[in-house]
Amino acid sequence: MKIEIKSMKDLPMLPKTLETTIGVYNTGAWRSAKPILHEDKCNKCYICWKFCPEPCIRIKDDKGNEITPKIDYFYCKGCGICANECPKKAIEMVMEA
Amino acid sequence: MSTTSIEKTEKHTTTTKTGVKKVMHGNYAASYGAKVARAEVIAAYPITPQSQVVEKIAEFTSSGEMKAQYIKVESEQSAMAALITASQTGARTFTATSAHGLTLMHELLMWASGARLPIVMVNVNRAMAPPWSVWAEHTDSIAQRDTGWMQFYCETSQEILDTIIQCYKVCEQEDIMLPALINEDAFYLSHTVEPVEVPHQELVDKYLPPFNPKPELTLNPDHPAVFGSLSKPDEWYPEFRWMIHEAMERAKKRIKDADSEFGKIFGRSYGGLLDLYKCDDAEVVLMCAGTLASTTREAIDELRNEGKKVGLARIRTFRPFPVEDIRALAEKVQAIGVMDRCFTFGYEGPFFTEVKGALYHANNKPKLKGYITGMGGRDVDVQLVKKIFADMYKVKDGKQDAETVWVDLKADVNNMNAWLKVR
Repeated sequence: MKIEIKSMKDLPMLPKTLETTIGVYNTGAWRSAKPILHEDKCNKCYICWKFCPEPCIRIKDDKGNEITPKIDYFYCKGCGICANECPKKAIEMVMEA
Repeated sequence: MSTTSIEKTEKHTTTTKTGVKKVMHGNYAASYGAKVARAEVIAAYPITPQSQVVEKIAEFTSSGEMKAQYIKVESEQSAMAALITASQTGARTFTATSAHGLTLMHELLMWASGARLPIVMVNVNRAMAPPWSVWAEHTDSIAQRDTGWMQFYCETSQEILDTIIQCYKVCEQEDIMLPALINEDAFYLSHTVEPVEVPHQELVDKYLPPFNPKPELTLNPDHPAVFGSLSKPDEWYPEFRWMIHEAMERAKKRIKDADSEFGKIFGRSYGGLLDLYKCDDAEVVLMCAGTLASTTREAIDELRNEGKKVGLARIRTFRPFPVEDIRALAEKVQAIGVMDRCFTFGYEGPFFTEVKGALYHANNKPKLKGYITGMGGRDVDVQLVKKIFADMYKVKDGKQDAETVWVDLKADVNNMNAWLKVR
């Protein structure tokens, strides 16, 4: 949704971006280290999902079934919190090329 | 828990048409203000001499007397952050703080006004360390001058309670939407026990409607949005600032209206922005904020008996600043003195600076002098205020020896109130 602002009178009272910036900006391009999830070590505890400061980890498929976590590399900035929190050491941080 | 003497005295009440009179200090008056204004979210961190405000509210919420969410946080910065988010969901929010707590909030105060959130906060005016002091001074709130918050200074405990209700009424208006800081002097108000009328709930409800912000201003998970976006130099940053300025200017009339409407219902009002006392025929007027005003009233009554035409102009709102009211006052008087319970290092008293600035473009320019007094809670008595009035009479007659003078310094143990020229 986009509102065209032609004058001060069109401005909302507070500075606000409509909808969400998730999936809009490729902040994944900022990443220096990339989290790689090793599915064989993962026990689907979803601690990575709980700790991810941006919602970059998906734990459900389109039908709503719980799945092995999938990382949204378009938005993930590579902070490494998921790798640090994973009790099974299933997430490895690999330097970007 | 043992019952304190204050809690015992609080049980003695008198019911009037407009409320229930109890004996309490300024801090509990603030708690009752938040209660009858139906604040819905309180986030708070204790600090002397404010703690009683939020302790009492914690009692109200735990007993169910007050239906509000009480959030215990790890600092004042967190308290303000929590209220910003709560207010953004459309809740009526309240907190109280003092001195180091208020200054720790500084960054988030700017966020609250920029995001147009009508948070109401009580600050107990306390001096800043070092040297450590927990006593009255206005430096803490004056340091928040440019945060975009409205600032009120109270003279009595009753005024604290009533101003909380009035502030929600003003702040939450659709074309105002700004936060307000209500100041009470440490100990002179915070811990001094006096009769306070707690207004009947149904009368407050009649005066103050529930907070009902426009949907586009509130957080709503069904319509996600990012609040506080980036604005580049060629986009709309200065325009958002201009809109805050416009709201502040509009607030001047709304504060006066809210005060007089309150007066019609409850029989009490406080002079709007600038509270005048015996100014109609006054030659010499003293201006000040907070409890200094009560002492000044006493001095004026004594001097009036001696035939001196003196008056008081109590600055009730520091932001928005009552420029127009001060200029109107200047039309009638010959000399204005400004007492500051605070000081801007490298210049003079901040209230004095503002009054002087307001009068530069005035038609009539009375003689002006600044008086620094009562810093760190030092007692300002009627005798001292009378000396200041006597000095103002010299200024009126053209014998001005200084722009600003510091009037209650202990030069040495034999000279307990030296007057030292600032400039």
